[in-house]
Amino acid sequence: MKNQRVVEPEYLFFDAEREKKFITGSEAIKEAIKRANVDMAIAYPITPQSESMHLVGDIFAEGYLREYFRGENEFAVMSEVTGAAMGGVRVFTATGGPGTLRAFEMFPTWVGARLPIVCAFLTRGINSPLTIQPDTIEMAYMLDTGMLMLHAETAQDLYDMLLKAFIIAETTEVHIPIGVFADGFFVTHTKEGVEIASEDIKLPAYDPYTAPVPVMDMENPPVRQMRDPFVMKSNFISYAAHASWQQETVSAGERARKYIHKYLGGLVEVENEDADILIVTSGTAVSQSREAIALAKEEGINVGLIKIKSIRPFPTEEIKQLTSKAKAIIVPEFNRVGWLSREIKSVVNDSDKVHGAPRVYGGMTMPIELILAEIRRCSL
Amino acid sequence: MNKELVKISPCFEDIMPQEYKELVDQGPFGKNVGISDLGSFKELLEEHPLCAGCGLALSMRLILASLPNPEDTIIVGSTGCSALAFSQVALHNIHSLFGNQNAVATGLKRALKLRFPNKIKDVVVIAGDGATADIGLDMVMHSWFRGENITTIMLDNEAYANTGGQESGMSLEGTVLNMAPKGKNFPKIALTEIAKMSGCGYVATCNPSKPKVLEKMVRRAILTAREVGPSYLQIFTPCPTNYKLKSNEVLNLLKKREKAETYATTEFLSTEAEEFLKSVEGGNK
Repeated sequence: MKNQRVVEPEYLFFDAEREKKFITGSEAIKEAIKRANVDMAIAYPITPQSESMHLVGDIFAEGYLREYFRGENEFAVMSEVTGAAMGGVRVFTATGGPGTLRAFEMFPTWVGARLPIVCAFLTRGINSPLTIQPDTIEMAYMLDTGMLMLHAETAQDLYDMLLKAFIIAETTEVHIPIGVFADGFFVTHTKEGVEIASEDIKLPAYDPYTAPVPVMDMENPPVRQMRDPFVMKSNFISYAAHASWQQETVSAGERARKYIHKYLGGLVEVENEDADILIVTSGTAVSQSREAIALAKEEGINVGLIKIKSIRPFPTEEIKQLTSKAKAIIVPEFNRVGWLSREIKSVVNDSDKVHGAPRVYGGMTMPIELILAEIRRCSL
Repeated sequence: MNKELVKISPCFEDIMPQEYKELVDQGPFGKNVGISDLGSFKELLEEHPLCAGCGLALSMRLILASLPNPEDTIIVGSTGCSALAFSQVALHNIHSLFGNQNAVATGLKRALKLRFPNKIKDVVVIAGDGATADIGLDMVMHSWFRGENITTIMLDNEAYANTGGQESGMSLEGTVLNMAPKGKNFPKIALTEIAKMSGCGYVATCNPSKPKVLEKMVRRAILTAREVGPSYLQIFTPCPTNYKLKSNEVLNLLKKREKAETYATTEFLSTEAEEFLKSVEGGNK
């Protein structure tokens, strides 16, 4: 194994000296995992994710991880990750698009089993019809799995969010899985300057005995323990047990808010919040919106920006409050269904002022002109 | 396992259930007990909810009594009748989803190897025929191809029993079951043959009418998985409820099918497994 110094998470996140490197999003994943003290990673190829897990394999070969292998399909990989997490090690995997849907049954299961798995979702379209192009539609399906969902705008976000996700997910009072989402191709395959800590340091190891549920190793009580017991018998105690367990997983997600504040500086980032027109979005649509806002400014239109970093838990109060005075709210999205505008419409005081546009899907980069056209329409 | 773990804190002694107290005082942990000692120790399966005469319930009792190392055995199950009994089993055991048992066991075994490199931790999959041969077949076979150190035990009742008696890939050809209203129109899946071709060093079939044979096979399957590679044991566990048998007819059926050679007791050992087992059994059969 590589000889790395274990440091406090706060030191790695905030105080350690960082060097700026010109790397892709996939390489940013490698750099994060190198410093995350991951015990085991399990890989399965799918475009645009594959390169990231090749690179994780490379750092396994260099001695940064203790175990790594290729599974047989995404459902199997997510199940293998489950077994590893129940056995008490820190695990990582990544998928995207059709792989996410192939594995889907596992995600709510991770939550119910209270497994602190971190999975990167490098999003792409799903096959309706066949596509390998960028799209965030898979996030619509993930919204109600109970998993926490962070959405990276850049490779820098991806690096930071992945490292922080392990610490948030493994906190005893949270202890549920986190998906770190990044827009495939736009983030994974393009290069940008990413500030990273020295590769000589890493996060503290995961201590499985801090979990709120027993580890399946026959080393901790109670030994008469099934993960997870059926509570499906037809009696009131079973119904109540199942309902209260679900409520507790929801509460675990809510308790993550304070850690997202602590490590990510909040669920949202805001620029020029007093403007009459606000763009509220996440992922690379934020970068495209910044460009459109700069062009609008040249035309004398004042537009603010809310970048959502945490999709689950959703920044309900933040959005409600920040948009209360806005006359128009524009939500550009990289998908057909407009899941983010639905979310925003559900929390603002007046949903008529939410413009769920532009929606770009099929593969192209979001044209800045389309966002600008929406801004112009709202300024009339 | 540290034996202290199952001990009861003195201040809770008066409120702990009787069956748990018995588990602590008379359980099989660290005692090297087996089938011939049944009745003299507290069994790991407590008050299962399965039907009277269930071949699967009897087999589970016998498997659990045969474990060579119960104090360090973790079981991975799957959806089906057996899952209803596993919540009553005094071992760490996992039910994840229907069919993913061998994938979960893969991750678990590798994790335990990392965490306990100098300790034996047996990971044993116990699942039904639907979970093993149908919905989970790809993950079962891939765990064999990869050479995972896990034991796969199929409880074969030749049907989806928990969902009401549907045809499975392990049902006999011609059998009329739900979803096979005109009779099953393809043969029973030859999973033992597939297992031999897929890297299992120990492959056996048996039934619970011969407990000592079953015990030997469970132990051999687990020892092989520990040191050599994957192993597969297929146990015929008839379902009186869906096959419309009286509970006292189940044992007769086992003997009848064995005699008719439609469910024989068989054993296959790879050269490596044979040599290994010879070395640990020291001539004892």
